[in-house]
Formats: sequence, C-alpha cells, structure tokens
Amino acid sequence: MSKSRVVLLAALSAAVATAIASPVLAQDYKARAWAASCAACHGTNGRSEGEIPALAGKKKEDLLKKLKDAKAGEPKSLTVMHQHAKGYTDEQLERLADYFSKQPK
Amino acid sequence: MTLNRRDFVKLLGAGAAVSAASLYGCAATPTRTIGRVVVVGGGYAGATAAKYIRLWEPGIEVILVEPNANFVSCPFSNRVLGGSMKIEELTVSYDKLQSVRGVKLVRDEVTAVDADKRVVRLAKGDALSYDRLILAPGIDFMYETIPGLNNAAAQERVLHSWKAGPQTVALRKQLEAMRDGGVYAIHIPKAPYRCPPGPYERATQVAFYLKNAKPKSKILILDANEDIQSKKGLFTKAWNEKYPGIVEYRPNSELLDVDARANTAKLLGGDVKADVLNVVPPQRAGKVAQGAKLTNINARFCGVDFLTYESTVAKGIHVLGDSIQAAPGMPKSGHMANQQAKICADAVIAVMTGRPVNDEPMISNTCYSWISDREVVHVASVHKYDKEKKTMVTVPGAGGLSPAPSVKEGAFAMGWAESIWSDALA
Repeated sequence: MSKSRVVLLAALSAAVATAIASPVLAQDYKARAWAASCAACHGTNGRSEGEIPALAGKKKEDLLKKLKDAKAGEPKSLTVMHQHAKGYTDEQLERLADYFSKQPK
Repeated sequence: MTLNRRDFVKLLGAGAAVSAASLYGCAATPTRTIGRVVVVGGGYAGATAAKYIRLWEPGIEVILVEPNANFVSCPFSNRVLGGSMKIEELTVSYDKLQSVRGVKLVRDEVTAVDADKRVVRLAKGDALSYDRLILAPGIDFMYETIPGLNNAAAQERVLHSWKAGPQTVALRKQLEAMRDGGVYAIHIPKAPYRCPPGPYERATQVAFYLKNAKPKSKILILDANEDIQSKKGLFTKAWNEKYPGIVEYRPNSELLDVDARANTAKLLGGDVKADVLNVVPPQRAGKVAQGAKLTNINARFCGVDFLTYESTVAKGIHVLGDSIQAAPGMPKSGHMANQQAKICADAVIAVMTGRPVNDEPMISNTCYSWISDREVVHVASVHKYDKEKKTMVTVPGAGGLSPAPSVKEGAFAMGWAESIWSDALA
C-alpha cells in the first residue's frame, strides 16, 4: 500500500469513526430505555406496525406538545395515552420526544 | 479511490474504538466480540431480550434456545375459543430474529444449568457456554396439587389451554362438540397466575360463541379467589348486559380435586359437573428455573433485582417474565415480559460493556381484553423503580381503565399485537 493511500485511509478511518461513533457516544441511554417501553404499542424505535400512531422521525416540538396535551387529558378522544402520559415528568417527556424525533421513519 | 473489501476490513480493524453498535445494518459479522448471551425460551420475554441485545449491541453474540418451531401468542388466544381468530393468526416465526437480528436459534431444551462453569446442557446432548444467561421459561403447572389431573390421560381430557397452541385448538373443538344446553366450566387458581384478566376474558369469549351458536348453554366461572382479579366492573357489566343469563360467577371456589372421566370439579363447597371442564392449574416458574434452584420465593417464583433482572441467588443469571416474583401491581403478562426484557437487555449490555446500569427504569403497561369479536377494553398502568424499596412501584395518578367496550379499542388492540410481535420477533 502506498504512503498516500495509508494517509488517506487513516483520515477516512478517523472520519468514519467520528461519523458513526459520535451519535453513539452522545446516546441518552436512559431515554432509549424509557422509549423502548413505548415500543410495545408504537413499534421498535417508534416505527408502528399498525393502527397505533408512529413516533419515529416526527418533529420534537409536535411530539412534546402531544405528550403534554395527553398528560393534561387532551384531546378527549384518547383511549390510553392520557393514562400513560400522567406517569411521566415533563423532563422525561422531553427526552422521549427528543429520542423519537431522531429515529429514522 | 475505491475501497476494496480487504481495505474496508483493515479500516474497521484500525478503528478499534468504533463501537460495534454503530455497524448495525451491515450484514457482516461484528468486528469484535464482547461476549455471549444465551437466552432460554422464545416467548414475549426471551424473544424480546434476544432481539434488543442484538439491536443495541451487535458485538454480543446471542443464542436463543427454544424447542418450538414458532412463537404462538397467548394474548388474544381466547379469541380462538370465541371463534373470531385462528391460531395461525397468533403464530409468528423466529426467522426475522435470525435473518434481521443475527440471533442464533437452537431448537432444543435446556436440561441443566451449571452456574459455576457458566454452561447450559441441552437435551440433544450439546452444551453451550455463556457470559450471561437469561432464563425466560414461562410457567410450569403444579399438577401435583390436583391428584386426579396428575396424569397424561386426564390432562388430555381436562385441558388448561393456558399455553397457546395445540391446547387452544383442542378446547375450541371441545366447545364445538358440546351440545346446546351444555355447561362450560372454568376453574381459576389462586393468584398469582399468568394473565390476571385472562380467565374472565376467556369466559366472555366463550359466552360470545355460545350466545350465537348454542344459546341454551351456560358458563360457570369457578374462582378460587374471593373476587374477580382484573377489570371487574367491565367484565361484570359485559356478562350482565351482553351475555345475560349465560355467565355465572362463583367466588371462593377452592378446588380439592378433579374427576377427569366424569368432567367433575370437586370443590370445597361440593361437586360441579360440566360438559366441558377447563382447569387452569396453579403455576410456578418454568422447569429450567426450578432446576437451577432460582425459585427462592415460596419455592415457586424467582426473586430478581429489578434494575437488571439478575437472580437474587445466582450471579450472571437473569430471569424474565412469568417466572419471576413480580413487583407489586405488576401482572404476569406478555406485555410486562416484553418490557422487563428491554430493561434486562440494556442492563446486560451495560454490564458487559462497562457502562453504568440505568438506575431509573420506567415502564408502562397496556392490557387489552376482548369482550366480543370486535369490542375491547383495557387496563393501563405506569411503573417506576423505587430506590428505597428496591422494587418497581406503580406511579400514582397514572393508568386506568376503559370507560366501556369499544370497536375503536378493538382496532388499537390489533395495532398493539402487530407492534409488539414485531418488537419481540423482528
């Protein structure tokens, strides 16, 4: 292997390591674990398989508004989600909304 | 320049700091192996644990030991008795766990656990070593408490149908063969048992079938408990209003024995003869957990640390699902098993990769019950870890029940099934 190729590879290696490792390093493991609970109904990482709304890749502000509304009992058409949302602090809801907003649709 | 495969492999080798987790999606084998986890039992708990360890940390090798060819869901299996669902619709293969997640499936049974050597022995003769072991063997029936049912012939006649599969189909056939005007009786053991609302949902589903097909028939619920264990108001209302004159509930019906030939339940208060007798026996942790001497709570269930689901008596062995001594307010259910498995998967990865274990686990529970072929009710709860009590507690003010059965919740219930089956098995 030529020297220039080694240098190029080293640079690439660093770039790849940064690109793929940094989201992992920045991972909010606690939020990921809490979000995994939501997956039972909303699908793994929020990718729903059926009638229950998907959460993956939605805007964080929209998700957080829906969660906070649900916690306040709105809209009245909710069947289950208001009962769940009441169990979480606003900070937890914020971290959950952040997690799901970052998941691929 | 273009990278050839060899260069790419070298490149990855050079970047040893790159977490194997970041390579998820590559079909190639992981660049480093952190260790091996063996999971025993491919139900809601075991399948989910296997999947999530691979999803979150592909550097861990996961071997799932399960004797059955497919997963069959207990939740919704009462609909097979009601006639609005087929057992095939509750059956999911383990293919995606293998092809998508890289879980290695071994179709076998564990006969012994050697906790010191960290090895499990299999019925077909092989042995598997592990760094961490996760046991999710479900329940074992305590037939020795019902002498008349403690043999194979009696068990073929008086069914439990409390593990979904052939017994579910066989009970449906018994109901189909029953005369109009016959009696279906179900006996419920004292709590704790798998799926608290399950027996009452079953009676309701059988009522749905009989009301339409054999309207002169009756249902007797013989409950060893002093009251209905879950969704009492919703079930009672359904029996009174949707199925009037069909369902009779008898609390405090302690079972002394069963005469299988005569289809008779011998109760403390006298004998009850039925045309179809369905006895749900008392339960304890699955055999593997008993054999490994993990059933330290009343010699029935396994005590666990609720941060990791590690056994309180054996290091390196985790127990999930219906085999554990559940926390207060935490039902033995498929949904809970799925939730526990994800806390456990996260903790196992944390321990094996040297990061701290999550000290604030939090899970929510939704449990749907079918009232007819389309209408559904639920009970929901939220559970969080209490650091002082060292257990999971229900969060006050959260959770609740459906106001009434609805078709809308029927659609959500199906959505739940599709999501959770995929969450556990794909």
